[in-house]
Formats: sequence, C-alpha cells, structure tokens
Amino acid sequence: MTRWQAFKDSYFLYSFKRDKVAVTSFVIFLLLLVMAFSAPWTAPHNPYDTATIDIMDSNLPPAWMDEGETRFVLGTDIQGRDLLSTMMYGMRVSILIGLGAVILQAVLGIFIGLVAGYAGGRVDAFLMRLADVQLSFSTLMVAIFISAIFQTAFGAGRYEQMAVPILILVIGLAEWPQYARTVRASVLGEKGKEYVEAARVIGLPSMRIMFRHILPNTLSPVLVISTVQVANAVMSEAALSFLGLGMPVTRPSLGSLINSGFEYIFSGSWWITLFPGFLLVLLVLVINLLGDWLRDVLNPKLYKG
Amino acid sequence: MFAFLVRRISQAVFVMLVISLLGFSIRHQIGDPVRDLVGVSVSVAEREALRDELGLNDPFHVQYLRFLKGLLKGDLGQSFFFKKPALDVILAKMPATLELVFCAGVIIVVFSVPLGMYAAIRPKSFFSRLIMGGSIVGVSIPVFLTAILLIYLFSVILGWLPSYGRGELVMVGGWQTGMLTADGWLHLILPSIALSSIMLPLFIRLIRSEMMEVLETEYIRFAHAKGLSKVRVWLVHGFRNTLLPVITVGGVQIGTMIAFTILTETVFQWHGMGFMFLEAVQRADTSLLVAYLMVVGFLFVVVNTLVDILYGIVNPKVRVSGRQ
Repeated sequence: MTRWQAFKDSYFLYSFKRDKVAVTSFVIFLLLLVMAFSAPWTAPHNPYDTATIDIMDSNLPPAWMDEGETRFVLGTDIQGRDLLSTMMYGMRVSILIGLGAVILQAVLGIFIGLVAGYAGGRVDAFLMRLADVQLSFSTLMVAIFISAIFQTAFGAGRYEQMAVPILILVIGLAEWPQYARTVRASVLGEKGKEYVEAARVIGLPSMRIMFRHILPNTLSPVLVISTVQVANAVMSEAALSFLGLGMPVTRPSLGSLINSGFEYIFSGSWWITLFPGFLLVLLVLVINLLGDWLRDVLNPKLYKG
Repeated sequence: MFAFLVRRISQAVFVMLVISLLGFSIRHQIGDPVRDLVGVSVSVAEREALRDELGLNDPFHVQYLRFLKGLLKGDLGQSFFFKKPALDVILAKMPATLELVFCAGVIIVVFSVPLGMYAAIRPKSFFSRLIMGGSIVGVSIPVFLTAILLIYLFSVILGWLPSYGRGELVMVGGWQTGMLTADGWLHLILPSIALSSIMLPLFIRLIRSEMMEVLETEYIRFAHAKGLSKVRVWLVHGFRNTLLPVITVGGVQIGTMIAFTILTETVFQWHGMGFMFLEAVQRADTSLLVAYLMVVGFLFVVVNTLVDILYGIVNPKVRVSGRQ
C-alpha cells in the first residue's frame, strides 16, 4: 500500500471530511494563504510603490458607497493606498512573522523541553522554573517588554528597518515555554518505556536517543499546540504593531493597518480599521478552529495548566 | 508547612533579584542617568564630573549593589520626562489601572461562573453550544479590536458613551478615583468590557472543563443517589470543587490582565500605568521604563507567591511535591 493510499484510508482524513467546521475553516485558510502569498501578482495595486500612489485618492470609501470609486473596491487609506491590496500585502507580513516566530519558539522550546525531560534532576528543575516564571509574566507582557527595550536601544528608525526579524525574535523568545512544557511532559511519559531503555542498553549516545527515538514520539502534542501558537503569534504581532512596537506604516501588517486607521474612525472612515480587523479575526479564528479539531482528533495528553 | 513557606518565599526573592538584575542592566546599557538629570545642554566636561560624582564610573557590581539598596528604600530612579522620582509617577497612575482591572475582574466573575457551569451541566444543549462557539470567536478577536468596535458602535454611531479619558475624578486620600461620580462610571464601562473580553472566554472554557471533570466523579454520583436536590449537588458539591483550580489559574491570569491593560489604555486614552509605559517607550524614558518593569514584576511575584501559598494551605500534597 502506498503512502497516499494509507493517507486516503486513514481515520485522520475520514474525521476531517465528516467535520463541516474543519473543512470550511481549512478552505477559508487556504484561500487566505493564496490571497496573501499571491499578492504581488494578483493585488490590483502595489502599496509599496510610491509612484503609483496619489494623495488625491486618499480616504475614499468602498466602491459601493456614494463617493467610492470602482478602482478601489474596499476604498483607500489615509495615504491613498488601495485598501484591498494593502490588506493582502499586510496579511502576508502577518503570516510570515507568525510562522517565523512559531518555528523559532518550536526549535527553542523542543530542544529545552527534550533536555529538561531527559536529563531530569537539577537541570530539569532549573529550566522548568524558568519557564514557569516567564509564563507567569504572560507572553504578551514579555514580548512588549523585549520589543520596548529593543526600540529604546536601537532607536525607532533602525527598529523599523529591521522590524520583521526583530518581531520574529521577540515573539519567539516570549513563547518558547509553551513548547518546552508540552515536550517535557511527553518526554517524561516516553522516557520509562522499553524502547528507550533498549536504545540506552546498546550504548547509543544521549543526543541520538533524544532526537531520533524520543522526539518523533512527542510530535503529536507539538503539532496540536503549533496551530494554536501560530494564531497566538499572529495576534501578538498585531498587538505589538498596534502599540507602535511592530511593523511601520510604510510596510504595514494587519495590526499596523488597524492602528493607522484608528485615528480616523471618529471622522467616519470606518473601513480603514474594520476591514483589516475583520481579516485578522477571520485568519485567527480559522486557525483556532483547525487547532480545536486537531486536538479532538489526535487527542494527546496535553500539559494542563 | 514552614519549610514550604520558606522555600516559596526564597524563590520569590530570587526571582525578584533576577528581575532587578535585568532592570539594572537595561538601565546600565541603554539609559543615561546624566541626561535624565540635567538634560542635553550641558558640556562634556561637566557631564564627566557629574558621572564621577554619581559613581557611574564604578565597577558593575558596585553600581548594582547601590541600585539594589535604592530599590529597598523605594528609590527607582528619576524619570527623564516628568522630572520626578519614577516611583511617584507610577504610583500616581496606578489607581486608574487598578480600577480598570477591578471592574473587568468583576465582569469576568459575574459572567463566567454561571455560563461555564451551565455549559458543563448541559453540554449538549443549544445554548451551551452557543456559549462555546461564542467563546472561540471571543478568543480570536484581539482586545484592541474589541475596544475599537465598542467605541465605533457606542460612541461614534450611537453616541451613548464617552470614548476616551476617565471623566470626572475625585481625590480620596491620595487615590484619584472615577468610581464616585456618574461621569466616571460612564467612562469606565467601555474600557472594562473591552479588557474583560479577552479573559471571559478563557474562564468560561476553564470552568466548564473543570466542572465537567468534577461531575464525573464518584462522590457526585453518590450525592445524586442520596437524593439531594440537583441544585445543591451542582453548587455545593460540584462547584466548590471546581473553584480550586480556577483560583490558581485565575491568580496567574492577573499578570496577563496587566499586559492587556497596556492595549486597552492605549485605545481609550486611559491615563493609567499601561498608557504611561507606552509613552515612556516613545520618549525613550529608560528610568521610567525600568521602574515600570520593577513595579509590575513585583506585583506578579507577590500575586504568584500568594496564590501558591494559598494553594499549599488548601491542598497539602503540593507542599511536598511542588505545584504540578
């Protein structure tokens, strides 16, 4: 039986097809992904190209309203950029930062969790205490602090130039304890099993046992929290950008778009804030719903707390 | 019990030391106390003299010890922008934040307990599904967006509620409160709803899952079999035993609430600690930033330690093995 056949007959796919919420979320998520990453070719305008932006077009309402123009389907923002295109580019930035941050925190957290769980004793106590303390400060607080410090250290101008790598670093550093705790909990469960003992008896080095033998068996809880963590990272990025600690308005993410439109909501320009806001909620919501479904299907013993 | 107390408190002191070391290195590396004191229009030679006088050319550990001594006396340095001791600035802004957190907390408790219990007792009913579906949507809406939507709906379109500021304030013994005037209450409504919106779904889900676990246990079945009224079983037997984990998680979530006050206060121009912190970042007011880190860190450590100790009193097993 080929792998494809095995996948087609699996319980995983069966339960996916039966769950309408999961299928709908997945389809919407795919659509959003395509929208975001095809932006350079499919977006009607290029918001990064200042030559095509005319300040006379600024603050136009969506096309179906009285003053709207058909050139700008969802209206324009305060600098005269087409809102739909800016949102597509912005979502790409948000998703990229979210994925980057999750990869970073997964690498950090999985490594620390593996070491803590496998080594045990003092190393374990120290690392887990560190994770507890950091978690008790709440990840958003830690992220805000780190980015505030970076911004004061580099100055606002330098910070804006390097915003993408800095945001990935900040969110990754703030959220690693989630992974570390999850991985450690399942390492503790696997450690006593016979196959680990067998590997140890034939004299394999600890590193090999940790990464080749134990790690693959801890992956299903990692997969489950990963979906939720992507949603969290996108939310954190939006929050930081909204506070002015994230992406600059010239290269906006969804968060900084919402921030830039917020001042104009009082004068009635609701579209600059509410459209990106809606897109952000939709993105986070479908990822969360997929995560919920994944948790029900894989049903790993998650660390409670 | 005594050993547990000592261990837990020494741990808290250690964490506080680490935070102070972090805060000190930030100030040491980024901040410039001379600029904080005299501004930028003083000659280089005079600055050097002042640096020597202030002991800024001393070795790192000497300066750190001095910083620690200052901390113990409540001296967190001078704010560059306000030209006042940083601690005074923070303490003046604290009542605004605490009132906001308090109101949001009340909203969370009042709504999450009955909704969570209902969803646990009747998990299959339509209303429960609605609650659970609503809670996942609630988790997915960022708090600043909720705040903006509330402002747009209630201030811009309907014009019922004020959109920014704290309204009319009254001084009560050094505590500037908005809770004694009708105007102050009107200004509190939107920010507290916005702040509670992020925690409410989490608590509903938490109470539901804990309560469902409790309802499966033997003693609940026994209580039913004994013929006790359903309401009594749910409230006295079921809910009481749900409370313990809820309180533990709840205590820790206070930290998260403080983080979200930064967002809420920014949207509503609410002049509390969070708003002040963000202004300090924009003005590169390092001393105030570090002072905020110290104060918030201190609050977190105290709350977490108290929750752990309470938990240890209620649940003796924890004292031996540590919180799981």
